[in-house]
Amino acid sequence: MNALRYIEGVATLRLDESLCTGCGTCREVCPHAVFGHAPGKARLADPGACMECGACALNCPEGALTVSQGVGCARAIIHGWITGGPPSCDCGGDGSSTCC
Amino acid sequence: MRELILPGTPGRSDTGASPRRPPGEGAPLSPSCCTPAPQPCCAPSAAPGPEAGASSCCAPPSRPCCDPSAAPGPGAGAPSCCTPDPAPSCCAPSGASSCCGPAAPALPEIPGYRRWHFVERFLETPAGPVPVVKTRLERPDRLGAALVRLGVGRGDYRVAPGLYAVGSPGPESPVLATANYKLTFDSLRRELSGLDAWLLVLDTRGVNVWCAAGKGTFGTRELVRRIGAVGLERVVRHRRVVVPQLGAPGVNAREVKAGSGFRVLFGPVRAADAPAYLAAGMKATPAMRRVDFPAAERVKVGLVEFANERKTLAWAAVAFFALAGLGSGWFSFARAFTGLCWGMGSLLLGFLAGNVLLPLLLPRLPGRAFSLKGAEAGILAGAAALLAGLPAAGAAGAWLGAVVGGSWWGMHFTGSSTYTSPTGVEREMRRAIPAQAAGLLAALALWRWGLGW
Ligand code: SF4
Ligand code: SF4
Repeated sequence: MNALRYIEGVATLRLDESLCTGCGTCREVCPHAVFGHAPGKARLADPGACMECGACALNCPEGALTVSQGVGCARAIIHGWITGGPPSCDCGGDGSSTCC
Repeated sequence: MRELILPGTPGRSDTGASPRRPPGEGAPLSPSCCTPAPQPCCAPSAAPGPEAGASSCCAPPSRPCCDPSAAPGPGAGAPSCCTPDPAPSCCAPSGASSCCGPAAPALPEIPGYRRWHFVERFLETPAGPVPVVKTRLERPDRLGAALVRLGVGRGDYRVAPGLYAVGSPGPESPVLATANYKLTFDSLRRELSGLDAWLLVLDTRGVNVWCAAGKGTFGTRELVRRIGAVGLERVVRHRRVVVPQLGAPGVNAREVKAGSGFRVLFGPVRAADAPAYLAAGMKATPAMRRVDFPAAERVKVGLVEFANERKTLAWAAVAFFALAGLGSGWFSFARAFTGLCWGMGSLLLGFLAGNVLLPLLLPRLPGRAFSLKGAEAGILAGAAALLAGLPAAGAAGAWLGAVVGGSWWGMHFTGSSTYTSPTGVEREMRRAIPAQAAGLLAALALWRWGLGW
């Protein structure tokens, strides 16, 4: 799946290594192997693959990770621009529209 | 009239016919929503070998299996209709045997409830009866899936949240959390064939795990609430719940532990890996943790756009008709029809480019931005417009229109993809949209020019 890569160098993921205890939770939850698979302290092995899903930051027990979480969905972003609110694929609730 | 919905009872007819969901947030209203069938009218033990389809026939919503006056007695109570006695009809008090056939399963039924066809039987647990679901998908499941893919009834394709069982789970069996989007639920139960497990279905308002996790509906609070509501601590002795890894953006494992006492184990991304994950003692391999996006999946989600964009396409048709018709002689219907054909042809080529060609060729189209890849797909697809024998300006307009359309819908395909970051999408949109707008104006001008006045 290496051919499927998105725009590099834009993701907002940040790791504060001084806080990391190397628990490995982030490696476990990341769906894009951003942290690699090697044990030990977390390392941003492939930050370009980050899709900003927020799983790692939410589950890091030390608060060593930050990312501006969101959905990478053009429709959601347009929705956010129009409503002035946060990007949201207006899916789910009313059943009328689509989910990203 | 309010209807109660339990796990094992449909929120709606699952072929999309009539919504039977109570108004409001979609979650069942009564307290019983969370506890599985409080008082089945038949003893669960009286449920031998259910057959496909029998349940739907035997359980029309309006025809309770027991005479309402014969009240759901605890267990062996209500004799006349519930005994597994060879006299078939659970549904027809006066013996319309044709309905169920001789092999009618005596599944528990409650006045006012209808059971999903996929519920095989009920399992007694310390927290009440739990519906056991089949691991084989049947015609209604396939039909429902097909309709949902076409956009019919999506957003309301759900099962009641709560606890379900697969096989014959016991107090040590694993608990797998999932979403109440029926496609998600179906794919999970199908993969668990031959295993014994509990399925904890969260109320995600009929949205799949990943999207729901992003929105927080598949999240810490709902998980904690649902664990408590189904009485999970009485059903299993261990304190572990397997959450699909794609639920991680919404589920804070530590808070779940603090709130419910259950430890969250993040399972594999794909339901298909669940058996291997369980067999390995709940260990996921790195491959199980990675999201991929194979061609078949890409095309499938691309096709959904046909249903999503019906309205846009209809409006575009109206606009083409009006713009083409207006001109010398005020309005020419002949020209309007020609313009409609050219315009829609171009639009559909762009649509195909963005929603079929781009998904198919995703790894092969050069560049990273989806709007760029979509435009490239549009250049290819638009070539068909050049072969249609239009006047030069019209052909150029149709071709350019396909490029713009491909770029636009390609950009929207970011929402269907599994690897685009919101920062990246926003960045590409800020660049692409002005170019798309300029391209659209140029394409319209060429198209209108090509039509003549
Ligand atoms: S989850 Fe946090 S503390 Fe644990 S390894 Fe990752 S960054 Fe370090
Ligand atoms: S935000 Fe998601 S994709 Fe990015 S590193 Fe964290 S878990 Fe991985």
